[in-house]
Amino acid sequence: MTTSLDKAADAGGPAPAADDGGSAAARRAIDWRALLIEAGITAGIVFMLSITLVGIHIANVTGGLAILTRFADVVAAVVLAFVGRVGIVLIREGQPIPVLIGGVAAAILGLFVPPMSLIGPIFSALTGGEWTPSVMLQVVQVAGGVVIALRAAWVTWRTRGTLAEQDQRTGGVDRFGAQVQRATRFIGPIAVVFAFSLPFLFYDRATIDLATLVVTYIMLAWGLNIIVGLAGLLDLGYVAFYAVGAYSYALLATEFGLSFWICLPLAGVFAATAGLILGFPVLRLRGDYFAIVTLGFGEIIRIILLNWTQLTGGPDGISGIARPSFFGIADFTRRPAEDQLAFHDWLGIEFDGIHRIIFLYYLILVLALFVNFVSIRIRRLPIGRAWEALREDDVACQSLGINRRNIKLVAFTISASFGGLAGSFFATRQGFISPESFQFIESAIILAIVVLGGMGSQAGIVLAAILMIGMPEVFRELEQYRMLAFGALMVTIMVWRPRGLLSHRDPTISLAAGSKPPPDAAKRGARP
Amino acid sequence: MEYFLQQLINGLTLGSIFGLIAIGYTMVYGIIGMINFAHGDIFMVSGFIALMSFMILGIAGVTWVPLALALVLVIAMIFTSVYGWTVERVAYRPLRGSFRLAPLISALGMSIFLQNYVQLLQGARSKAMPPMIEGGFTLMERADGFTVDLSYVRLMIIVATLVLMIAFTTLIAKTSLGRQQRACEQDKKMAALLGVNVDRTISLTFVMGAGLAAVAGCMYLLLYGVIDFYEGFVVGIKAFTAAVLGGIGSLPGAMLGGLMLGLIEAFWSGYGSVEGKDVAAFGILVLVLIFRPSGLLGRPEIEKV
Repeated sequence: MTTSLDKAADAGGPAPAADDGGSAAARRAIDWRALLIEAGITAGIVFMLSITLVGIHIANVTGGLAILTRFADVVAAVVLAFVGRVGIVLIREGQPIPVLIGGVAAAILGLFVPPMSLIGPIFSALTGGEWTPSVMLQVVQVAGGVVIALRAAWVTWRTRGTLAEQDQRTGGVDRFGAQVQRATRFIGPIAVVFAFSLPFLFYDRATIDLATLVVTYIMLAWGLNIIVGLAGLLDLGYVAFYAVGAYSYALLATEFGLSFWICLPLAGVFAATAGLILGFPVLRLRGDYFAIVTLGFGEIIRIILLNWTQLTGGPDGISGIARPSFFGIADFTRRPAEDQLAFHDWLGIEFDGIHRIIFLYYLILVLALFVNFVSIRIRRLPIGRAWEALREDDVACQSLGINRRNIKLVAFTISASFGGLAGSFFATRQGFISPESFQFIESAIILAIVVLGGMGSQAGIVLAAILMIGMPEVFRELEQYRMLAFGALMVTIMVWRPRGLLSHRDPTISLAAGSKPPPDAAKRGARP
Repeated sequence: MEYFLQQLINGLTLGSIFGLIAIGYTMVYGIIGMINFAHGDIFMVSGFIALMSFMILGIAGVTWVPLALALVLVIAMIFTSVYGWTVERVAYRPLRGSFRLAPLISALGMSIFLQNYVQLLQGARSKAMPPMIEGGFTLMERADGFTVDLSYVRLMIIVATLVLMIAFTTLIAKTSLGRQQRACEQDKKMAALLGVNVDRTISLTFVMGAGLAAVAGCMYLLLYGVIDFYEGFVVGIKAFTAAVLGGIGSLPGAMLGGLMLGLIEAFWSGYGSVEGKDVAAFGILVLVLIFRPSGLLGRPEIEKV
């Protein structure tokens, strides 16, 4: 797999090439002292990190707090860190095979013989203390072993991991991203068909619920993408519009008894108005200031919802929100009201609670596809191109005679209205809303999906949403580790691919070298 | 008048804590231009470490309060600094030179991670500690029996913050470390060419920020006697507001912003409603940014193509 260029880089590099001829000399050249010092430092840092929060547990007991200790976990963590670091250094020094074996062995050992059964007795023998093992340790050992083994395997396969190769690898993923973008016009319809047939493929309540959740986040992320991905403005308070949409529907439905189908567009309008009002003061701001003010607005709206008890019910929220009917024709209840038609009677099928869930899934799917359609179309309009200019360079954009204030306001308003639509869907699906659902963390999750997907990439957002929302939900048994894994995933993906999974930032319309502008994106693919 | 004075004292104490955390935000923003969202959680971690140290010292029999306090401060600063260093090393250093949003998302992820890490390891319930330092001076007494108290805790917080601020300003202004830090803030490439170890300086900035947050964490614990895993977010956001209010990137600005925010909160809850104090804090942030985007003491930003 290595190209001649890489071989040249290897030969010229500081360490000799680890191909079969020179490997014997290279292997003996490992500086064990430096290796042990490096591993020792890592182990020391892990010790400092773990001795406090891992080693000591402040337990709430009746009448106050008690201190419990978990020093064996600390010891295990330190040992794992030491061994792991030695492995990483060995890989770096061109000796991946022992590491590969060691990593696999550690993972298998961890899987079948939990580390606590090994260290536990030694620990008890040394200190005489009782010790309750934690599952986390086993997870860390298995995962650590697998990761190191994978890395060693990768390096073995590629002969040596040089910096040049890493660049090439990143370039490869970039090219893959671009290809996926081009292939979207083929994959896209397939994905849509799959999404529409999903309720029939998996006729199962839990799966459809999960799919609804994922699609809700996809819709929100597509909506936020207009501000962040197209216009390049960092909005940390998107959940505010989601909340406005949800509360407008909930209030209109409970106070005035309006139906969902009237309220849906109204919720969009209200959220857009909120976006317009909040948009005005933040227009002058740039970059991080914009981010902070939007965060502030998000929090202000949440605090108002929490404290305006007469209108919003305060922390108790609003419950008993009407569920949507089948376009006003039929209801999804077993025994509908006098003048209403029941869905199952209307179609002449057996009553089943899943009908409503499937209907809600299709509802959000159609809403999401609507948002997608609008954003793809709007990118081609002058306003869409103006956003892209704004994203690439703020000042240059203004110098070209584009009114920054107006286009920012349009982006804010359109994006807000989509947030509002998603919010009213959320309210009707849950049947109950409270300020709890609109915390900053929601904004952070939606933003994370947009950025992880590769800003501005519609397909990347789908991928990121499935990864960020779907994966943790699948591993429900590890419920308590869900958000921990979520945070770790965000950091890992960012460190691995800072520009997002499918980053690809071609302008929608560009001048091809010496020819007329290509009329559509398909021709861009053929560009040299 | 007496009521006003009491609120003033409360506001100054709260403001000192905000100011100490805000310095961490403002230094990191000054040097690498990113909002370190995990800083509030570093503050929360330090609160837990301080609580642990208090309890262990109590078991070990260190009962003389000044000694115990000094030990707790040192322990919390050391261990929290390691957390600060590690966060920078793991989540931000690989993203140096990357595009603007990447470290921000990484920081958000780190913040979520730290919150859940502490929640998993220490439990979700808040930990209440019996007050360590009791008593105080009674400064004034009104005819109807309302007294203006300056408790020893509050006095200690204000004095410690003053001392730390003086020490810290000297560190930045006079020592070679401070000079390197300011050089990196102005121009990292040029500083590197002149022999400044930029990575090390940035790491040290995080360590210093975490150290000050640790002091704030100890004080917060002493003042309120309760800590939980979610505490870092709210306090962190307010401290960041303080940093923006004072002009981000400016150290005296961070302190001034912190004090102002503390006073605003105290007076708002004293004369208005307690619930409204967060709205007041964010509302003032928005107003300041609209009418004076560079903050009170910040330099105006120059727009470059």
